[in-house]
Amino acid sequence: MTASIPLSAQLINLFAAVILLLAFAMLAQRRMHSLVNLFALQGLALCLATLVAAVSTGQVHLYFSAGLTLLLKVLALPWILYRLVRQLNIKGDVEALINIPTIMLVGIGLVMVAFNVALPISELSHTITRGTLGIALAVVMLAFLMMITRQKAISQVVGFLSMENGLFLAATSATYGMPMVVELGIALDVLVGMIILGVFFFQIRDQFDSLDIRHMEKLKDS
Amino acid sequence: MPGLLSLDLLLIAAAAWLAIGLCGLLAARHQALVSQVLFPAGALVGLWVGVTGIAALGGDPQTAVLAIGLPDLPFHLRLDNLSATFAILLGLTSAGISVYSAGYFGKGDVAGLGTLCLEYHLFLASMLMVLLADDAYAFMVAWECMALSSFFLVTTDHKHEEIRNAGFLYLLIAHIGAIGILLCFGVMTGGAGDYSFAAMRSQELAPFWTSAAFLLALAGFGAKAGLVPLHVWLPEAHPAAPSPVSAMMSGVMLKTAIYGLLRVSFDLLHTTIWWWGVVALVVGLVTALFGVLYATVQNDMKRLLAYSSIENIGLIAVAIGLTLIFHAYGMDALAALAMTAVLYHCLAHAGFKSLLFLCTGSVLHATQERNLGKLGGLIHPMPWVAWLALAGIIAGAGLPPLSGFVSEWLLLQGFLFSPGLPHPWLNMVVPVAAALVVLVAALAGFAMVKFYGIIFLGQMREPALKDAHDAGPWERVGLVWLALITLFLGVMPSTVILRLDAATRQLLGAGLSDTLKEQGWWMLAPISAERASYEPMLVLVTIAATLLLSRWLVRSLYHGRVRRSSPWDCGYHFEGPRAQDTAEGFSQPIRRIFEPVFRMQRHFPAARDTQPFYSVKVEDHFWYWCYLPIARLANWISALIVTLQGGRIAIYLMYSFITLLVLLMVARP
Amino acid sequence: MISISGFLGQAFAILLALFLAPLLSGWVGQCRAWFQSRTAPPLLLPYYMLQKLFNKDVVLAHNASSLFRAAPFVIFGCMVLACAIVPTLSTDLPFAPAADALALVGVFGLARIFIALAGMDIGTAFGSLGGRREMLVGFLAEPALLMVFFTLAMIAQSTSLATIVETLAHRELVIYPSLAFAGVAFTFVSLAENARVPVDNPATHLELTMIHEAMILEYTGRHLALIEWAASLKLYAYSCLGLALFFPWGIAPGDDIVALIAAIPLLVFKLAIGGFLLAAIETVNAKMRIFRAPEFLGTAFMLAVLGLLVRLLLEVRT
Repeated sequence: MTASIPLSAQLINLFAAVILLLAFAMLAQRRMHSLVNLFALQGLALCLATLVAAVSTGQVHLYFSAGLTLLLKVLALPWILYRLVRQLNIKGDVEALINIPTIMLVGIGLVMVAFNVALPISELSHTITRGTLGIALAVVMLAFLMMITRQKAISQVVGFLSMENGLFLAATSATYGMPMVVELGIALDVLVGMIILGVFFFQIRDQFDSLDIRHMEKLKDS
Repeated sequence: MPGLLSLDLLLIAAAAWLAIGLCGLLAARHQALVSQVLFPAGALVGLWVGVTGIAALGGDPQTAVLAIGLPDLPFHLRLDNLSATFAILLGLTSAGISVYSAGYFGKGDVAGLGTLCLEYHLFLASMLMVLLADDAYAFMVAWECMALSSFFLVTTDHKHEEIRNAGFLYLLIAHIGAIGILLCFGVMTGGAGDYSFAAMRSQELAPFWTSAAFLLALAGFGAKAGLVPLHVWLPEAHPAAPSPVSAMMSGVMLKTAIYGLLRVSFDLLHTTIWWWGVVALVVGLVTALFGVLYATVQNDMKRLLAYSSIENIGLIAVAIGLTLIFHAYGMDALAALAMTAVLYHCLAHAGFKSLLFLCTGSVLHATQERNLGKLGGLIHPMPWVAWLALAGIIAGAGLPPLSGFVSEWLLLQGFLFSPGLPHPWLNMVVPVAAALVVLVAALAGFAMVKFYGIIFLGQMREPALKDAHDAGPWERVGLVWLALITLFLGVMPSTVILRLDAATRQLLGAGLSDTLKEQGWWMLAPISAERASYEPMLVLVTIAATLLLSRWLVRSLYHGRVRRSSPWDCGYHFEGPRAQDTAEGFSQPIRRIFEPVFRMQRHFPAARDTQPFYSVKVEDHFWYWCYLPIARLANWISALIVTLQGGRIAIYLMYSFITLLVLLMVARP
Repeated sequence: MISISGFLGQAFAILLALFLAPLLSGWVGQCRAWFQSRTAPPLLLPYYMLQKLFNKDVVLAHNASSLFRAAPFVIFGCMVLACAIVPTLSTDLPFAPAADALALVGVFGLARIFIALAGMDIGTAFGSLGGRREMLVGFLAEPALLMVFFTLAMIAQSTSLATIVETLAHRELVIYPSLAFAGVAFTFVSLAENARVPVDNPATHLELTMIHEAMILEYTGRHLALIEWAASLKLYAYSCLGLALFFPWGIAPGDDIVALIAAIPLLVFKLAIGGFLLAAIETVNAKMRIFRAPEFLGTAFMLAVLGLLVRLLLEVRT
C-alpha cells in the first residue's frame, strides 16, 4: 500500500498535510501577528512541496515556481502584512472568534467533502502527486471558511492569500503547475491586489476608525 | 427432566410467575408473606429462567403451539438462540431485583402490596412471553401486557399528580410505539394475512416495503427503548416508579425492545440495505450524545440514571447500525463482531444499571430524598451500598476491568475495521463516528463521578442524613448478585462470548467462536492476538496485586500510623457542607461548554440582592420543539372537531347516515 | 509462548519505570528552574520527597472514608500496570496482551475516576472543584487520545501497542503525514493529562485555577507519597508512549539481551531530551484560564480526527 509510493511522493504528501495542518491552525488563530506567521509557514511548506516535485520530475519551470513562491509568499507578502499590522497598530489585536471547536468541526466536514469531490478528478490525473489534490481543495475551502468567520479586514486578506496557496497546490499536484505565464500573472495579481488592499485598509480605518468589517454594513442603501 | 424441552421449562416459569402474582393478590394482607416468601420465590424462578436459557443456547430452535387466545389464532411459540440470550438477561437480572424487592417492599407499609406483587410478576411473565412469541398476535398480546403492567407499576404512587402524568406519558408513547410495531408486522406479512413469524421469514418483499418495515420497527421499538426523539417518557417514568421497578424497566424492559429490533431486522427481514445501518447509527449517536449530556446536568439521582439509560440504548443502536452496515456489504465476520458488542452491551447494561437503580432505592429508603443537592457523605452510614455502587459506576463509565468496558472495546474494534467498507463516503464518515462514541463514553464517566461523588462522598448536606441506615440483608443479597454479574461479565468476556456466539451465528451466519476457541479463557482477541487483545483478568489481578503489595511494603518498611484531624479550611471558619460543590455546580462545565444543547432557565444573583440565590433549570429541547407543537396541533384539531358536536341526536344520526352513504358509493368491489 | 526472559524483561521494565519516573520529574523540575533563571533543585529531590513522606504520619480528615484511604493504592496500581504495558525497552512484553491501546486509555480513566472521587471525599471546596475539573479535562482528553491511537492502529493494523511500535520501528522508511497530526494531538493531550502548564500548573498550591493539586490537598504521608509517585509514573508512561510511538528507534524487537541493554541508555537519553522539551514548553507558555482548556483540548481532538482522516484519505486511497 503505502510502502510502494516513492519517497518524493511521500514527502509531497507530508508537506501537503502540513499545509492542511497550518490551514487549520490559521482557522483557530486569534492573534493577527501569529496569523501572518502561520501564513508565511504555509508558504514555506508550499515552496518545499513544489521543490520536491521539481527535483523528482526534473521539470525546470517548477523550480521557478518554487522560487517565486519563496520570494512572494514567504518573504514579500508576509513582510507587507507585517508592515501593515505595525502601521495600523493592530499587532496584539484579538479577534472574538465564536467557538473554535465548532469552526474546526465544520472544517473537518469540509475536508471530507473536499476529498470526496476531488476523488474522481485525481483518478484522471497521472502525476505522482495526485493524492494531494483533495488536500488542496480542502485548503481552499478552509480559507474560504476563514474569510467567512472573520470580522477583521486584514485576516480576510490573509484568508484570501491562503486560498491562493491552496489553488497553487492544486495546480502543482494535478498537472505539475500552471504554464509559467499564468503563474507569473497570478503572482503579479496577488502582489498588486495586496498593495491595493493595503491602501484600502488605511482608507477604511480613516473612515470607520476600525478595521472591523461589521461597520461596513452601514454602507448599504436604506 | 427428560421429555421436557427448554421451551416447556420456560413456559412453566412464566406460569409460575403468574401463579406467584396471583398468590400475592390473594395474600395481600400478609405483608411479610408477600415480601419475604413470594418475591424470593420469584427470584428463584428468575434463576430458573436464566439457567434454562444458558442450557438452551446453542441448541436447535424449539417450537410449540399454545391453544389459548382466540379460537383460530393459537399462540405460536419458539425458543431459539436469540430469545435464549435475552431470556438469560431477563432471568438473571430479575433474580437479583426480586431478591432485593423482598427487602425493599418489606420495609414500611407499601399500599397495595398485593396488587404490586401481581403487576410485578405479570410484568416478568409478559416479558418472557415477548421473547418466546413466534407470531405477531402472540407478540402483540405479550407486548401490550408488558406495557400495561409496567404502566401500573410506574403509577404505584398514584396519589401524586406528577407520577400520574409520567404514567400517562409513558402509556401514550408506548402505544405510539405499539402502532409502529403493528404496522411493521402488517407490512411484513406482505398482504398474505398469515401473521406467524415463520410466514414472514419466507415472505419476499419489494425493497421499498422491506425498508418501510425496518423504519417502522426502528420507530416502534425505538419508542420503547428510548431512542431520540421518542425518549421523553424515560426520564419521567423512571423516577416515578419504585426503584426495583425502575431497575427492571431500565435493565430488562428496554432490552426487549432491542430484542424486537434485532428479531425484525436480522431474522424476519432477510435482506439488509446499507442505509438502514446509517440511519440506526445516526439515531444512536444522537441518542447517546443527548442522553449523556442530559445525564450530567440532572439533579435528581434517578433522572440522572434514566438519561444514562438513554445513552446506553444509543450506544446499542450505534452497534446495531454498524452491524447492519457490515452485514449489508457481506462482511459477516465483522458484523459478528459488532453484533457481539450489541448483545454484550445489553447484558452489561442490564447488570450495572439495575445495580445502580437499586442503590438509589436503598438511598431513597434510608433518606427519603432523591435530590442530589440534599445528599452526601452516605458512604459512612451505608458502606455496603456505597461500595457496591462503586462497581456499578465503574462499569457504567465503561472502564476496565468491569463489564461496560468489554462491549465498548468490542464496538471500537468494530469501528476500526470500517475503513474497509466498499463505499466512498461510509469508509470515511463511519470511523469518525467512533470519535463521538468515545466522547460519549468519556462523558459517561463524568456523569457517573457526579452521581457517586455527590451521593456517597463529601460531607452530609443535611443533618438528617446521619440517621440513614444501610441496606438490609435481602437488599444486600440482590445488590451483591448484580455486582457479581457485572464483575463476571467484566473479567470473563471470552467465556460469555463463546456462549453468545450461538445467537450471532443464528442471525448472521458467522461468529467469533473460531478465533476465541483457540485462545485461553482469560483472553479476548476477537480477530487475532496480534490484531487486538484484552485480558481483563490480568488487568484486575495486576492492579489488585500491586495494591496489596505496595500496601504491605509501605507498612512493613515504614509504618501504618494514622492521625485524625479536621480538614484544612483555607483559614475560614465556615468550611461546612455548603462549601462543597452542589450538584448544579459539578455539572457547570458541561452546561457551559455544551450550552446550545440545553434549554436553560437561570437566575443569577444581582449586585444588591439582600437574599441572593442562584438557580438553574434545565429542560429538554425536544419537549418544546417537538412535543408541545404536536400537542397544540392536536388541541387545535380537536377544537375544530368540537364544532361538529351539536348535541342533538338527530344531527349525530345524520353524520352516521352520510358516512354510510359515502362508503356505499365509494367502496365498490 | 511466554518465555522466562520475557518475564524478566517485563519485571525489569516495571522496576526501571518505578526507579526512573521520579528522576524524570526531578529532571523536568531542574530544566524548568534553569529556564526561569532560578537555582535548580537537586535532581534527586523527588526521591527525598518520597522518603520524607513515607516516614511521616498520615493525617486524615475526620470524615475521610475508606475509599479515600484506598484510592492512592488503586491509582498507584493502575499506573504500574500502564507502565508495564507501554513498550519502553523491548516489544516482547508478557503483559502487553493484557491491555491494548484502547484498554490503556481505560486504565488511565480508572485512575482518574478514583482520584476525582478521592478529591470529593472530604467535602472541602477545593476537593470537589478539583474533581470536577479533572473530569472536565478527562472527558475532553480521552477521546483525543483514543483518536490518536485509532490513527496508529490503522497504520499498524493492530491496537496492540507492542505491534504498533514494532510496525513503526522496524519498517522501511515511510513517511506518514497522519503521524504529524497525531503527534501534535498527542502532545496536547499529554500536557493536559499530566497537569502541565497550559492547562494546569504542577508547581503551585493554593491558587484558584489548580486541578491536580486541588484534588490531593487533603492527602498526607504515605498516601501523598503514593499519589506523587503515581503522578510521576503517569508522566513517565506518557513520555515513553510518545517516544515509542513517534520516535520508536532503538526499542529492542524481541528478547534480544544485547539490544535490550543497548536500549536503556537510549531510553534515558530520549527521556532527557523529552523532559527538556517539556520544560521548554512549560516555560514559554502561560497557564490558560480553565475555560480555555476545553478549547485547547477540543483542538487536540479535532487534530486527532484530522489525522485519522488524512490517514484514511491520503495514505490508504492513493
